[in-house]
Parts: sequence; C-alpha cells; structure tokens
Amino acid sequence: MDALYLDNAATTRVHPKALAAMMPFLEGNFHNPSSVYGPARVVRQAIDEARSQIAGHINARPEEIFFTGSGTEADNWALHGAVAASPAKRHIITTAIEHHGVLYACRALEKRGFDVTYLPVDADGLVNPADLADALRPDTAVVSVIMANNEVGTIQPLAEIGALTRKNNTPLHTDAVQSVGHIPVDVDALDIDMLALSAHKFYGPNGIGALYVRKGTPLAPLLHGGAQERGRRAGTENVAGIVGMAAALNVAVAEMPREQPRVTALRDRLMAEILEKIPHTKPNGHPTRRLPGNVNISFRFIEGESLLLHLDMQKCYASTGSACSSGALEPSHVLMAMGLPHGLANGALRFSFGRDNTEADIDRLMAILVPSVERLRAMSPLYDDFVKKGEK
Amino acid sequence: MEYSEKVMDHFTNPRNVGELENPSGVGTVGNEKCGDIMRFYIQVTDGVITDAKFKTFGCGAAVATSSIATEMVRGKTLQEAVQISNTAVMEALDGLPAAKAHCSCLAEEALHAALWDYARKNGLDIPGLKPPEETEAE
Repeated sequence: MDALYLDNAATTRVHPKALAAMMPFLEGNFHNPSSVYGPARVVRQAIDEARSQIAGHINARPEEIFFTGSGTEADNWALHGAVAASPAKRHIITTAIEHHGVLYACRALEKRGFDVTYLPVDADGLVNPADLADALRPDTAVVSVIMANNEVGTIQPLAEIGALTRKNNTPLHTDAVQSVGHIPVDVDALDIDMLALSAHKFYGPNGIGALYVRKGTPLAPLLHGGAQERGRRAGTENVAGIVGMAAALNVAVAEMPREQPRVTALRDRLMAEILEKIPHTKPNGHPTRRLPGNVNISFRFIEGESLLLHLDMQKCYASTGSACSSGALEPSHVLMAMGLPHGLANGALRFSFGRDNTEADIDRLMAILVPSVERLRAMSPLYDDFVKKGEK
Repeated sequence: MEYSEKVMDHFTNPRNVGELENPSGVGTVGNEKCGDIMRFYIQVTDGVITDAKFKTFGCGAAVATSSIATEMVRGKTLQEAVQISNTAVMEALDGLPAAKAHCSCLAEEALHAALWDYARKNGLDIPGLKPPEETEAE
C-alpha cells in the first residue's frame, strides 16, 4: 500500500515541472553565473528570470528578492540584519507563536542585550493588533509576525499590523514560509517590508529560500563574501534551486484558484469527521482564518508521539506538538501560548494536506485513526480515571 | 530519533496491559506536563510478585519501558524487585534514545510506587525502598 502522506507543512514532494526545470542546471548548464563567458550568462539569465517571476507572485519588484539557503536563513537575516542596520534601536517585537527560525533568532539577540517583546495570542492563536500598538516604541528596530502559523495554521491580521508598523516607521518582517504558494500574498497590500519564503513548502526543492526586502529598508548583510545578490548575500547561487523554486511557485500560483478551495474542503471535512467520530477531541487554531491544508487536533488521554507511531506503522505520516517528540520535555510553545493545558498540548496531532491528497485519503486516515485512538485510550490511566469518575 | 527493534516490539505488542482486580499494590507516577503517566499494579503471594499489569499514557518509550518492566518483575521476590533499576530496564530494551532515558526512570519509579503501596498496606519494611514522590496534578 502506498504511503499516506499528511505532513505537507513539514515538506512537500518536488513538482515534476520544478524538477524538469532544475535538471539542465545540474547537468549541462553548470556554469558559475558570476563568470563572464557565454554559458555563464545563460545561467545568469535563468536566475534573473526566476527572480522576476517570484517577485511578481508576491507583488514585489525583482530587485527586492534575495535568494538564501533556507527560510530560516531569511528569518535570521531579517532580524539580525535589521538590528545591525539601526544600532541605536535596541527593541524587537515578535509573537509567542513564531517558528523557531524567528523565535530562537530573537532569543539569541536577547542574550546580546536586545529587549524583545513577545506578543501574546488568544485561544485561536491570533495576535491582537492593539497589543502591538501598545508595544511599539521609538527604539523598536523591527517587528516580526508570522503570516500563518506552521503548527495550527492561524493566519494573522497582517494588514492591520502593517498599518501600525508603517505609522511607527518600523520595518515589518513576516515569516511567510507556510503561506506563499498556498494563499495569495501581496507585500504592498499588507505593508510588509521583509518576507521570508522557502521553496520546499510549495513543491520546490529543499535548501533554497528567499528574503523579500522592500526598497529602502535598512538591512545589513548576514553573510559576507562575494558580490552575489548585489553584494547583500554572499555565496555562489544555488542555481538549480532558484530555478526550481520559481517553477514550483509558478505552478502553485497558477493552480491556487482551484487548489485553495479544494484543499480547504479536505481540511474542513477531516476536522468535522474527527470531531464527530472520535469523542474527547479538540480542534486547535482559528476555525476559518487558517491555512487551507492545516488540521490540528488534540486527542485527550493520549500522548501524541505514541499515536504518531501507530499511524507510522500503518504508513500514515503526520506530526505532533507533544513534549515527548520535541526532545525538550515541553510541549509545543505555540499550543502553550494559546493556553492549552499540558494534557491537550501533548495529545495534539497536525495533519497537513497538499496537492497530492484526495477525499479517499480521509477515509483511509479515519480507518486507521479511530482504532489507534481506541487502543491507546484503552491503555491510558488518564482515560481510566475519566471513565471511573463518570461512573461514580 | 531511532527506537530499537525491542522497543518497537514492546510498543506494538505491549505485554501486561490492563489492571488487576484486587491488586496487592498500585503505584502511579509522572504527570501530564512531561507527557508520561504510568500506573503499575502488582499481585504478591508469599513474598513473590505473581502478576503485574500496567496502564500508561506516554510516548513509545514510556509504553515499552512499562511493558518490559512488568515482565521483568514477574516471579521476583520483593527484595529482588526493588533492585530492578532504570539501567536494567533500558538494557533489556537494547537501549533508548538519550532524550527518552527518563522513561526508564519513570518505570522504575512506578514499580517502586506499587511496591511501596503494598509495603504500606501490609506494614512491611522493604530494605532499599523509598516512598514515591508526590504526583503533580494539573
């Protein structure tokens, strides 16, 4: 039986068109785009074209797109680069539910003496723009708010957030790694100054990301070396990656009018079925303001990793926010920030749909999930206590 | 993170899941915060553990350590049972990933808690047995 892959928020399968676009640059067109001879100019042109296509998909200009090695590098660059460019400003604002690429970059800056405000979120994972308005200071160097959360899928009110940062004249960075290619993104409409994206989340290859930097945004380089990316991000270009990223995004954007509602319907159906067929479950994240493919549900009385192992044995692949799986003995910081008790956070599973998933996948998942949950509950002392309490 | 075949075997087919009707001793350890709770039941006849069962909320390692610890304790005298250490549990499973070592400690604690419960009910003093730590409730 084929694997049932429901972890598209972790990474996606490279689209055949992206792979086909990449191959020439791993074979014949291997030349260094910085070289002056003819074949190198062909490679240079391919990069320029990819840059221009990617820029168009987020309503940016080509010269505002800088290729990086990952979404995490783009996030780190935005934060470290912004504070380095404005040495008098010692304050950073972010949220309690950032991806580690932003969260740990902020903690590193905190250790270097920067003052960091972590905005709270409500039970659905939403930031309140009023909290940002209160936190903004004249010495705020940068604000970083994740566009849509990778664990629970909640989409933030970035237009309102962007209006506030623009008024305060503070650069706004957003980690849009989960959003680009899945929902429409317009950097002008949202007043975004910097935006991180990553190809492998939208059917491009691993190891290639980009940072959008609005013209005029103060940003120091993170990597020093050659003059690539107009001297702002050194290192020989990952040409195949760049070309593959653009090809994948071209497909994702072209298919979005069809795929976004289709995947949203899969999401809503799975959520409804789990809540209907499995008692003692709780959906996490905003019910409607959420990524098309994201389902996050807590199964009471069950620890997430053990449920994942049961699914894994039946070739079904998903993710968990449990402490056991993190290696840190603390459940997901996102679920904790949303106010979930430890028991529910430790029993949270994320299923993320993508372009390869179908309605039949939901039937197959439910056939695996229902008995797995029953089996684990049958051996759970917490379920025991709950049932016995009910009988009394 | 990689589990040994032994761990996966005990996770997939856990031995001794369930509870005992009238157990000689019961012990519950762990909390929801770290994500592991183990409850061990033991039956003691003439100073020998004749049966052991468990219920566990936790990860793969927690289930597997519970399963193997209940196997190891069967047929042991009280004094022998006290000597079953987390290291012995871990070795019996051909090792655990470093981040999961605490699960073997929890299995030892659950066993000790069940022994303590038995000793307390029967006014016994088992040398080397310490009272269990209070379970933290949320």
